[in-house]
Amino acid sequence: MSSINAQQLGKSYGRGSGKVHALSDVSFTIDSGEFVGIMGESGAGKSTLLSILGAMNTPTTGTLAVDDIDVYDLKSEQRADFRREFLGFVFQSFHLIPYLTLLENVMLPLTTIRMPKSEKRSKALAALERVGLDGKGDRLPGEASGGEKERCAIARAIVNDPPVLLADEPTGNLDTRTTDAVMDLFTGLNAEGTTIVMVTHSPRCAAHVHRVLDVADGRLLKGVSVAPPSHCM
Amino acid sequence: MRLTDISIKNLIRRKAKAGFIMAGLVVGVAAMVAVIGFVRSMTAEINHKMERYGANILILPKTEDLQLSYGGLNLGGVSVGVQPIRQADLHRLSTIKNAANIAATGPTLLGVVSANGRDVLLAGIEMNRVEVLKPWWSLSGSRPDSNAVLAGAQTASLLNLTIGQTVDINGRRMHVSGILGTTGSQDDQLLFAELSTAQVILGKQGQISMVEVAALCHDCPIDDMVQQISGALPDAKVMAIQQVVKGRMDTLHRFSAFSMGMSAVVILVGSLVVLTTMMSSVRERKEEIGIFRAMGFRKSHIMGIIFSEVAMISGPAGLIGYLAGTGATFIAVRFFSDMDHAATAWDPLLCGGAILLAMVVGLTASVYPAIMAARLDPNTALRSL
Repeated sequence: MSSINAQQLGKSYGRGSGKVHALSDVSFTIDSGEFVGIMGESGAGKSTLLSILGAMNTPTTGTLAVDDIDVYDLKSEQRADFRREFLGFVFQSFHLIPYLTLLENVMLPLTTIRMPKSEKRSKALAALERVGLDGKGDRLPGEASGGEKERCAIARAIVNDPPVLLADEPTGNLDTRTTDAVMDLFTGLNAEGTTIVMVTHSPRCAAHVHRVLDVADGRLLKGVSVAPPSHCM
Repeated sequence: MRLTDISIKNLIRRKAKAGFIMAGLVVGVAAMVAVIGFVRSMTAEINHKMERYGANILILPKTEDLQLSYGGLNLGGVSVGVQPIRQADLHRLSTIKNAANIAATGPTLLGVVSANGRDVLLAGIEMNRVEVLKPWWSLSGSRPDSNAVLAGAQTASLLNLTIGQTVDINGRRMHVSGILGTTGSQDDQLLFAELSTAQVILGKQGQISMVEVAALCHDCPIDDMVQQISGALPDAKVMAIQQVVKGRMDTLHRFSAFSMGMSAVVILVGSLVVLTTMMSSVRERKEEIGIFRAMGFRKSHIMGIIFSEVAMISGPAGLIGYLAGTGATFIAVRFFSDMDHAATAWDPLLCGGAILLAMVVGLTASVYPAIMAARLDPNTALRSL
């Protein structure tokens, strides 16, 4: 379980008159075991914030600490190790590797870890079973439905038991029924202690989170901890 | 799941690109192997012919000669301090380091005799060695025994000699056992007798005028042998007869250098093919590499994937290049040489070298694409959403 502490995060692109401030003076804390949603209009800076939380996008200003580790004080390769050990990613467009089977896609985060091949395989099979894809590991992504791809992406994100799960609009391409199933999965993972940060547009998804960080024009709106709707819409 | 599994799966998926890289390497390696095989074959042929030329080292008495000849017109000369060679000293030749390379030695005694009243040069040689020392001789009749002589073509014509006829040599009646066909050399103008017979006729028992040595020098430098013989016979002058062979070897060396240069250009082009194909592959896989990086792959892991892909292509490319190059040599040698066994023989060292060359070229050409891939910002994967 890990807590996240962001202080005065800022990110700008370009120079001079063409300079764009994607994020300005964003500060918040996410406690260990929380399920937090990041909401906002398109272009508000949600994905930029998530990529900074994911140790992949160095902020122009401010600091990010996970369990008292100053993430951007780490060297590039140390940040890679940090991502491997602390973070799991679920991307909006699944981003499965098309030439690997679903099982092999799930095994990817374990590729660089010293572990017997059989153990990697059994962990990946367990992760697939956890998301309801048992028996479908031999399929290629091209042979799987949207819901199955999303589940596979989640299995890949949790296979190495990361304390923090980052999800960028994980249900953006899914129908209502599949969305509910995916959100149930996230809720279950969170109940087991995984800290989850999820970018979403959907109030239906936001209904599952403990609190929402509302981002507009690169800034966190005042009254940060917006209470989520108490029921699904 | 290992990094190499990712490489294998990607190669299977991108067969055309893998094939293109392999073709570039195969052509480069095949060109290099073909040149090496061709040059080896031609060198083997020259060495073989060199052995067939007969004597290629001459041992002469050491003199301070002043030759008076011009344009083939010999006006005599002055010899000072001639050190005659003694036949008894020749056993020292068997003590030199490369004695095993001496195929035959031919001690020769030369002297002027009167044959049927005309002055003729008589050469005393050991007749049992002429097949090695003078393989170009075409003999009618038989080799002479102790009471016979062999006549050169011009001498036979001048003295009207025929096989079986007798000839008066310094008052000694000897019969003509054989007549040589025209050789175009000085042999045409000589009478030949067994060495011991000539020594008696000329009154020079135990002496010889010169020694011809047939050395098999494809695995030893002939200049080294000349030095070794000079050391064994310090009072003699030792010379190598190798101008013709040397000239041909020089031409071969120039051809070899030129061909190696051309092969290097072909290999350079092959490496550029690898470079551009890998660059294009990395650009295509930007998102995929970004995902790997997002999942915690280090830069070295990304480079490992790229390098293992290239290594998997380069190894077989080296082997195929070796086989193609050997095949090309097999065909080429048939146009330029009457020998082909040297070019087409299985050579594990050359095969290993070809594979190593392909690996080195492939991996070197992939360094920049691999660095480019490793430096990709993992954020690219998220930005591409």
